[in-house]
Amino acid sequence: MASTEEIRAGLAEIVNEIAGIPVDDIQLEKSFTDDLDVDSLSMVEVVVAAEERFGVQIPDDDVKSLRTVGDAVAYIERSVA
Amino acid sequence: MTSRRVVVTGLGATTPLGGDVPSTWRALLAGHSGVQHLPEDWAELIPVRIGAPLAVEPLQVLDRVEARRLDRTAQLALVGAREAWADAGLPAPGSDGYTDQVDPERLGVIVGTGIGGVLTTLGQYDVMRERGARRVSPLAIPMLMPNGPAAAVALELLARAGVHTPISACASGAEAIGQALAMIRSGRADVVVCGGTEAAMHPLPIAAFANMQALSRRNDEPQRASRPYDKGRDGFVYGEGAGVLVLESAEHAAARGARVYAEVAGAGMTSDAHHIAQPDPVGAGAAQAITDALADADLVPADIAHLNAHATSTPQGDVAESLAIRSALGAATDAVAVSATKSMTGHLLGAAGAVESIAAVLAVATRTAPPTINLEDPDDGVELDVVSGAPRALPSGDLAALNNSFGFGGHNVALAFRSV
Repeated sequence: MASTEEIRAGLAEIVNEIAGIPVDDIQLEKSFTDDLDVDSLSMVEVVVAAEERFGVQIPDDDVKSLRTVGDAVAYIERSVA
Repeated sequence: MTSRRVVVTGLGATTPLGGDVPSTWRALLAGHSGVQHLPEDWAELIPVRIGAPLAVEPLQVLDRVEARRLDRTAQLALVGAREAWADAGLPAPGSDGYTDQVDPERLGVIVGTGIGGVLTTLGQYDVMRERGARRVSPLAIPMLMPNGPAAAVALELLARAGVHTPISACASGAEAIGQALAMIRSGRADVVVCGGTEAAMHPLPIAAFANMQALSRRNDEPQRASRPYDKGRDGFVYGEGAGVLVLESAEHAAARGARVYAEVAGAGMTSDAHHIAQPDPVGAGAAQAITDALADADLVPADIAHLNAHATSTPQGDVAESLAIRSALGAATDAVAVSATKSMTGHLLGAAGAVESIAAVLAVATRTAPPTINLEDPDDGVELDVVSGAPRALPSGDLAALNNSFGFGGHNVALAFRSV
């Protein structure tokens, strides 16, 4: 099973691909909208790419609760477990 | 109503001949063809395997993340708009000095397209069928909507006076310029960034145009396929590109000391009410558009030294347009140097009217009419003085030129440009 750091790094690659944010800036405490400038449309792309990469389902209703990178990593960890 | 004169201060383009206006203009004067064999595997599936793709891929000049949010039509419009904006000597949007030169509330954008974001529409349909509805991009709607290119340009330039998208098939780019002229004259804006864009290199629209018998099938000789007015012409060559112009009120341009290429002196826009795709055989609506453009510009036929013709290289259309020109200009037609630049660019559909207006503006500004290539055996039904083989110098003194653009649906647009 993937470690927290492996999930963060994978998510960072996805955010970098979609929004162009440098991978090193994509840390657990960063807010997608406030710190990383990921708008709502890009967030949908991030979520769908994460679902595919980590083999999880992230319903639209749950996406709203994923404020930070750490929130998303924890959600994926729980879903994979 | 027409007291506000309107001038062209900036030009931008990306075409099958070059990634910007200078390279495109040089290629036009040199008589180069942008037509080639289509390299894609899908070309084997359709009867037409030639086309006029861009000379420079937009991804070579746009940021990767910026580009992935834009349909190719918007990418091309943005490339053209950035060149035109810089060419007009205007500061980068949002930079110091920007609002000294332009009031965003008085800046408009009008960018037309013939087909819209069809590469996104069809590409996302493939995604849905192959990978499921969940994988359809949330960006698909802003990418496929035909106003997407105009909106992208307005976002880039911070334009707030209004964003518009004329959709009139292959007249769209010219109609955008005509609407920009009206927008500035009406007082709604001081500066309007206008033009057309098209990017639909996909087997479906090409097969559809081919099934209309609209496209040349000279698959073995791509560079000789687009041959307006030649007896051997057999249809147009499908291309892609964008052309963008910065139009300003003459007062606004003078106040900021802008370089002026030419005046946009007038526009005529009519409709045939004849057939959804066939030209009126005598070009009555087209002739009326030319007559209207002259009246709007306060010009007479004898003032016209040059005309960039729509001339797509179809058997019917080229003759109908030539009849329209002679009907509108009468005996003065004999003194008009006619250029059919689609012989080199191919047909850029919704971008054609803008790219050809740029060519007409540069012809006025440099007093040089570009050549028409592949005219080896002129059609006896075409009574025009076609500039063939090499560029031709235009006379000194006051000079005016016309650009004609027509579209499926019976749209006719004639634009008049005058030397300054």
